[in-house]
Amino acid sequence: MSIEVKNISKTFGSFTALKNISLKIENGELISLLGPSGSGKTTLLRVIAGMELPDPSPDSQVLFFGEDVANRPVGDRKVGFVFQHYALFKHMSVYENIAFGLRVRPRALRPNEATIREKVHSLLALIQLEGFGSRFPKQLSGGQRQRVALARALAIEPQVLLLDEPFGALDAKVRKGLRDWLRGLHDELNTTTILVTHDQEEALEVSDRVVVMNQARIEQVGAPAEVFHHPESEFVIDFLGNVNVFQGRINQGQAVLENMRVKLSDPTIPDGEQAKVYVRPNDITIDKNSIGDSSIEASVTRINRAGVQAKLSLASKNNEEIRVDVSMERLLELGLQLGDTVYVHPTKARVFVPDYTI
Amino acid sequence: MSETTNRLRSGQQDPMWVRYLAITISLAFTSLMLVLPLCVVFWEALRKGVWVYFAAFQDRNAIQAIYMTCLAAGIAVPLNLVFGIAASWAIAKFSFRGKGFLIALIDLPFAISPVISGLVYILVFGMQGWLGKWLEGYGIQIIFAVPGIVLATIFVTFPFVARELIPLMEEQGSEEEWAAISLGASGWQTFWRVTLPNIKWGVLYGVLLCNARAMGEFGAVSVVSSNIRGGTNTLPLHIDALHADYNSVAAFSMASILALLGVVTLIGKTLLERKLVNESSQSLESTATGDAI
Amino acid sequence: MTKNRKAALPGFGLTMGYTLLYLSLIVLIPLIALFLKAATMDFSEFYQTVTSKRVLAAYRLTFGASLIAALINTFFGAIVAWSIVRYRFFGRRFLDAIIDLPFAMPTAVSGIALMAIYARTGLIGKYLEPLGIKTAISPLGIVIALTFIGLPFVVRTLQPALEELDGESEQAAASLGANRLQTFFRVIVPSLLPSLLTGFTLAFARALGEYGSVIYIAGNIPMKTEIASLLIVSKLDTSDVPGAAAIAVVMLMATFLILLLVQGIQWWSQRITGRN
Repeated sequence: MSIEVKNISKTFGSFTALKNISLKIENGELISLLGPSGSGKTTLLRVIAGMELPDPSPDSQVLFFGEDVANRPVGDRKVGFVFQHYALFKHMSVYENIAFGLRVRPRALRPNEATIREKVHSLLALIQLEGFGSRFPKQLSGGQRQRVALARALAIEPQVLLLDEPFGALDAKVRKGLRDWLRGLHDELNTTTILVTHDQEEALEVSDRVVVMNQARIEQVGAPAEVFHHPESEFVIDFLGNVNVFQGRINQGQAVLENMRVKLSDPTIPDGEQAKVYVRPNDITIDKNSIGDSSIEASVTRINRAGVQAKLSLASKNNEEIRVDVSMERLLELGLQLGDTVYVHPTKARVFVPDYTI
Repeated sequence: MSETTNRLRSGQQDPMWVRYLAITISLAFTSLMLVLPLCVVFWEALRKGVWVYFAAFQDRNAIQAIYMTCLAAGIAVPLNLVFGIAASWAIAKFSFRGKGFLIALIDLPFAISPVISGLVYILVFGMQGWLGKWLEGYGIQIIFAVPGIVLATIFVTFPFVARELIPLMEEQGSEEEWAAISLGASGWQTFWRVTLPNIKWGVLYGVLLCNARAMGEFGAVSVVSSNIRGGTNTLPLHIDALHADYNSVAAFSMASILALLGVVTLIGKTLLERKLVNESSQSLESTATGDAI
Repeated sequence: MTKNRKAALPGFGLTMGYTLLYLSLIVLIPLIALFLKAATMDFSEFYQTVTSKRVLAAYRLTFGASLIAALINTFFGAIVAWSIVRYRFFGRRFLDAIIDLPFAMPTAVSGIALMAIYARTGLIGKYLEPLGIKTAISPLGIVIALTFIGLPFVVRTLQPALEELDGESEQAAASLGANRLQTFFRVIVPSLLPSLLTGFTLAFARALGEYGSVIYIAGNIPMKTEIASLLIVSKLDTSDVPGAAAIAVVMLMATFLILLLVQGIQWWSQRITGRN
């Protein structure tokens, strides 16, 4: 189902949770709302579900398949909502939890007991918890509970699945397994899914598109690769993984810091402007000799060999920390020791000049 | 768990004599102030033997008083239960201005002397009050009659259920209700199937305390009741009358029923408090058993 | 920081409407009747009623006895709460449960039981009588009754505060070289002070309005052992309804003032400890 929100704002007292948000979600898409806590992502999800009412405004709309649902209460929106802390009914068995949405239907629409049983069992099979129907939520692990919560939401055959940090309370390993499983499930069921998360790795790995939010606004919308490789703002590049920040100055269409020059794509920026140069640790090559005319001198302060790549910490001459990822082979080749002087050369960098964001 | 052990360890640090002194003072003081009066009730009731004790219950007035007590509690408790549930739903599940003030108003009857609680109804329904004359025209008497007793009982037990449920429901939050609503449940279905099972022990706890106070209320009820025996006497009023007649054994026999009710209430309260701890600890995560995906 | 506006859960109108209606009918309107009744007296009449010798004596007795009882309860209640929370001993669970007896036992029952204990011929009274100590039908008896009904307020207010003192700050104090006595007076007492004050005030407020458990042991001699609640009843018995209303208003205002004080203490303690 395609969902569209237009010009949505939401304030709680003096706190602004959403500031004039517009977003279109395509049918069958798995989209992530990614941002730090307080960025408004959960509020946006609850507005879509109908659990929060947006601030009244003549041009604000929530559309499901092009139809305004402003006056449709939560129960009529056919959304499957999965809560961060599961919100399973503690006093009901797994079976009754999943059956709940069917049992509370108006009498005329309520399926008979046999249909309910069939449906619940097929959902239990889907979440790989056959035989767990008579257990109570208390007797399940966190990952199992979250799958039950998902099955319960799926029982009403929702047109859209809304997941509010569904894996936030789980261990890293369980989270990863469930994430892959969710992606498979989404493809199998062919639903539209909106996932709220603060975990950039989760968002980048599982979604078709990522919506990066910050301070009640949408910073950028795009495919994972797009937002990762072409961040449109300092916030996005900073939020999506480690990054080195260099302070430079604009000179003749280049950002210059010490010996390093980074070419600007917009040569019209006047000289003398302050520029911030963002370079990811694995977009840097290092060498023991100065490389051409664009490198910075630094000394090695720490070498961490745990991982696929070695992580180096360097200190520049002004004692700023520079983090560099290099392959193990390269590390051996260079034979680096603590205290060695190296030359740092960014292979890829993003430059942000206030008011001239490129 | 570690908090408890920490606390106990620091308790163990106290010198032996401090510990024993504190425990001795605690036990002695509560024995003298609380246990002794409780025991005296039964002792006084039974001092002339079991037969005299049970004879006190044969009295027509005694039976009438027991009936009146049950009637007053039987009306006051359900009414305050419905109110308590409605008030805690409105207060715990929604946010609005003046919430703190509303809670303070609900607690008000606790702060008011029972005598004043009775007095206010005299001022509304009594002969010198607002509606007394007008009601008399229709032959309705409230003060010095059963309705007055019931009203006074409702007033003094007014906050009990609400007061238990508001913090409990606030602590539980509304996520399960939201889950039910998003699955298509109506408001009533959500209440009956999700909310009520979650607060049932809290409800019982509130009802228990409400009932104990309703059956035992004396000051407010004595103000609005006539002292005509057999008419509108509740058990506490009947005890008062017997005591005034120097009929000590009968007075204490009646008192022993209420003291027994008090003891049952205390036991029920202690048992329910354990259930309530589970009910209010919302976090399922803490009991997670493992992480098989 | 911010609360969700849960505009969409159903039932607000119904439950809020019912709450306000029932609250108004049962509590607010009758209370307003009380204040209006007192207001129908002209001021000098009102003033004369509430400052007559007998009334002033009743106020003095009620406030004095309540104050003493609350102080006794604060002292012993603190020891009881401390023992229940900190120590493990035989009878602890029983002690914890029995503390609420004054809530659970009807006041009239407590009243006649206390009378049976402290009367001249009573269980304890007969030993005190030869010593020249008169408990029943004396202010001392009133203090005893008010101590009985006030104890749970102090213990139940202190218990959670004591439980929150998890021992870590005491261990920290000890590790910094404080001895047990220094730790007690510099770490424990200050952090319990708000709860002690609250418990004291609640016990005091409850004592001010108490009726059933006091009237038997008090004996109700005007000017000597007549408490304010009883004075209201005797005014009613002589059909002096405005007089009763006037005294009631004064007592109510005093209680409200005290409860406002409790709110103030709690607000203050939340500010300094940051707990909610």
